Amino acid sequence: MDKIIEGKAYVLGNNVDTDQIIPAEHLVYSLDDVEESKIYGHYALSGVPVKEAGLPEGNIPFIEQINNTSEFNIIIGGSNFGCGSSREHAPFALQKAGVKAIIAESYARIFYRNAVDGGFVLPLEADEKLINKISTGTELQIDLENYTLTDLSNKSTFKLLSPGDVLPIINAGGLFKFARASGLIA
Amino acid sequence: MNKTITEKILAKAAGKESVTPGENIWLNVDLLMTHDVCGPPTIQIWKNEFGENATIWDKDKLAVFPDHYIFTENKQANRNVDILRDFAKEYNLPHYYDVGSERYKGVCHIALAEEGFNIPGTVLFGTDSHTCTSGAFGLFSTGVGNTDAAFILGTGKIWEKVPQSIKLTFNGKMPEYLMAKDLILKVIGDLGTDGGTYKSLEFDGEAIFSLEMHERMTLTNMAIEVGAMNGIIAVDEITEAYLKPRISKTFESFQSDPNAEYSNKYEYSIKDIEPLVAKPHSPDNINTVHNVQGTQLTKCYIGSCTGGKISDFQAVAKILLGQQVKTPTFIVPATTQIAKQFETETYKGITLFDIFKHSGCAIGPASCAACLGGPSDTIGRASDGEVVISTTNRNYPGRMGSKKSEVYLASPLTVAASAINGKITDPREYL
Ligand code: SF4
Repeated sequence: MDKIIEGKAYVLGNNVDTDQIIPAEHLVYSLDDVEESKIYGHYALSGVPVKEAGLPEGNIPFIEQINNTSEFNIIIGGSNFGCGSSREHAPFALQKAGVKAIIAESYARIFYRNAVDGGFVLPLEADEKLINKISTGTELQIDLENYTLTDLSNKSTFKLLSPGDVLPIINAGGLFKFARASGLIA
Repeated sequence: MNKTITEKILAKAAGKESVTPGENIWLNVDLLMTHDVCGPPTIQIWKNEFGENATIWDKDKLAVFPDHYIFTENKQANRNVDILRDFAKEYNLPHYYDVGSERYKGVCHIALAEEGFNIPGTVLFGTDSHTCTSGAFGLFSTGVGNTDAAFILGTGKIWEKVPQSIKLTFNGKMPEYLMAKDLILKVIGDLGTDGGTYKSLEFDGEAIFSLEMHERMTLTNMAIEVGAMNGIIAVDEITEAYLKPRISKTFESFQSDPNAEYSNKYEYSIKDIEPLVAKPHSPDNINTVHNVQGTQLTKCYIGSCTGGKISDFQAVAKILLGQQVKTPTFIVPATTQIAKQFETETYKGITLFDIFKHSGCAIGPASCAACLGGPSDTIGRASDGEVVISTTNRNYPGRMGSKKSEVYLASPLTVAASAINGKITDPREYL
């Protein structure tokens, strides 16, 4: 895992559920077929209501029409990010779209597990509400050595929380890699 | 001892004397359930990770139900069912319920109950967030993603963090106009969609133990709507009576100790609760039916794992008998067994099937159908500009189809009363 992650922010509100992250009608595509699975990137966050898409202004498409990846690769979310269904297609779709990390106030349990156990995106928590302090499009830097987030436009820095118990799984790159490295499975 | 039911079950599954909230433990899984949306990617990850000679840890502990995208022309959706079918054949699975066959069941959570997979005192994992439904039978059940499920498929094990428990006690007797759906909407309104994150919801009290099993499942089903890991109800005679014809194994029934520790306790008096709705676009956006009555509707939907059980349709029949619906109304039984019961169950001597037909409802085949929108040809799917009242469990933007639709969640009684009037209506007007 890189110790420094840089990218453009895409800011969302509270309770971004899995239908907003990847609408149910798209769950039919293969996640394994390299070409077909790009569709998940294309539809990532396509269920977010227009006025909430890319705060504070809203109405900022996460992905330009014909693309499968986004120019935004750090998501700033509010509370209860990823609530709703158990679909692992949700963190998968964000990964396909090029998202590297999410920084939210809190996560729904299954989404968080899926992001970590599948090694798709890095789910981090801040110890304050960031959705009113960061704007979509801002260049950000995450420092995983010191658990800080810096807004590169004005150099303001925010504290991130350590993932605690699940850090070994994150560092290994997912549940299977962790289980192999620790001898749980062959 | 000062342990909750959930802590006792998890300790048993972890092979430990006792466990404490916050502790990370490895569990031996008693049953893994999957379906057509998450089954194919789970199988793929399992094959990728365990290689050519991957073996299923215990075929008898795997139940596979195609149920989500079943009656559709959508090619990729049908391909997913084909993947399950081939997998079941290749590994000679004893518990695969193929669509198009006599064995087809419908919605997984209700099929688990009907087929006797809900065994008290055990731990059940499923690739579906509403796997918490099974907790109505005094077991630990929760949803996981594909990677976790693939890990279970190969090893029979999974890690969990022991949750703190929240106790919800309902005192008093249930009146005719209230259903379990009203009670759980009350809880969701009070706790919010993240009020139970990483917690266990334990239901207790006279009103809860007066409910029959299908109604209890409505409560545990929606534990996930407050973000809870599981919902649970202790075993009593009603549970045992339901299980008796379905399971032959002996099981262990756990009870919470009187001095068990809870992160929160809520006490409700049934007489203070009235019919409720969750307004668009969140299950915690709760108001009374009374306060939103008159809202014009374009569609009524009665179905899903939370609102498409036989008890739900018995309630609907009470209201629809001899009435005509004013708004297009869709009836989708959760399982094929419930669909069969439409022909045998009666209200005032008339079968449910006849009651629904004569009142002008459209009856669809057992499956998840429009509960989660689904492909464009799904029965009952919400289109742009629609205002729907539904017995399902989620109304986030786009959940039932178009993100330009609005969905109200309510009890089957409230939805039936609203169907007759074409606008949101208090069921007390028809009881
Ligand atoms: S009926 Fe709805 S909530 Fe239940 S399993 Fe199917 S899609 Fe999920």
